[in-house]
Amino acid sequence: MKILKIIAIVLLVAFVGIQFIPTTRNQSEVVPKTDFMLVNDVPNDIKNKLQVSCYDCHSNNTIYPWYNKVQPVAWFLEDHIKEGKAELNFNEWDDYSNRRKNSKLKSIINQIENGEMPLWSYTLIHKNALLSTGEKELIIGYMKQIKDSLN
Amino acid sequence: MKKVKLVTTIMVMAFISLTTMSCKDAKKEHNNDEGHNTEMNHDNSDGHHDGKKKKMAMNGDINSQTILNDYFNLKDALVVDDNAKAKELGATLATSLGKLDISKFTDAQQSELKDIIEDATEHAEHISESPIAHQREHFKVLSKDITDMVAITGTQVKLYEQFCPMYDGGSAWLSMSKDIKNPYYGSKMLNCGKVQKEIN
Repeated sequence: MKILKIIAIVLLVAFVGIQFIPTTRNQSEVVPKTDFMLVNDVPNDIKNKLQVSCYDCHSNNTIYPWYNKVQPVAWFLEDHIKEGKAELNFNEWDDYSNRRKNSKLKSIINQIENGEMPLWSYTLIHKNALLSTGEKELIIGYMKQIKDSLN
Repeated sequence: MKKVKLVTTIMVMAFISLTTMSCKDAKKEHNNDEGHNTEMNHDNSDGHHDGKKKKMAMNGDINSQTILNDYFNLKDALVVDDNAKAKELGATLATSLGKLDISKFTDAQQSELKDIIEDATEHAEHISESPIAHQREHFKVLSKDITDMVAITGTQVKLYEQFCPMYDGGSAWLSMSKDIKNPYYGSKMLNCGKVQKEIN
């Protein structure tokens, strides 16, 4: 019993301790001129859907949930966002060459079609980020249209 | 009894948080490893490592023929449906792409090549970590990149651009042989396609 108690205390201290390690937050007030929405004339319904379903991890501005204040959740999210932005950053859309835009659009279309994006671990909590079949078709159709206009 | 319950709850909470934390650390380490690798790849570039990856690449000592060879090896792995081998070769190709020597080309060609290489590297990296269906999707765009590269760099050996009308609305690839061996379908439809163009 005593040993259990000691272990519990140690773990508790560790849990409290990690709360004090600072994290970097992915937040920015400025939307750069190169943003996907600014460069393309995106219809409003698609705009809203992209903002809610994609922009948290694929732009410079994340709308954080309350539990991001708790470690180690914050680290987990930080990692995801970093990876997401490296893959595709909608804020930097116009910095991509046509060749790369084409590649990104192809991946966007494929991953939405296959249900790989938005990530299930994200939609698990962000229910409003889920895409219905109709919404998927709408976004895919729009992305295909942009892709065709590049070629 | 109450106390035991409380202690257990706390322990479970702490345990979960620590496990997640160590997962995260492991992942981070992995990332660092990758970063290190890329850095090493460019060791022979110009000595400074703090610049952007984009800027650092393409001062190496590899010519386009090496890249073509890596590409053909990768293609052959896809032809025989070998996912693991394709992963390995995708990584090899990504490394080679980062070392391509473009110094002898004009400014316009250099910027075009940089763009091609950047895109191709991304696809090669994805191939190095994906299941085979994904590898093939990326191989399609990669093939376009490599074809565009050859249009600038030229080739020492004769190449055949081949085309399969069935895969993803029609897809092309390059081969050193006239014979059709389809990398998009592998054993499923090995002979689907035809020679579309000869490149010298």
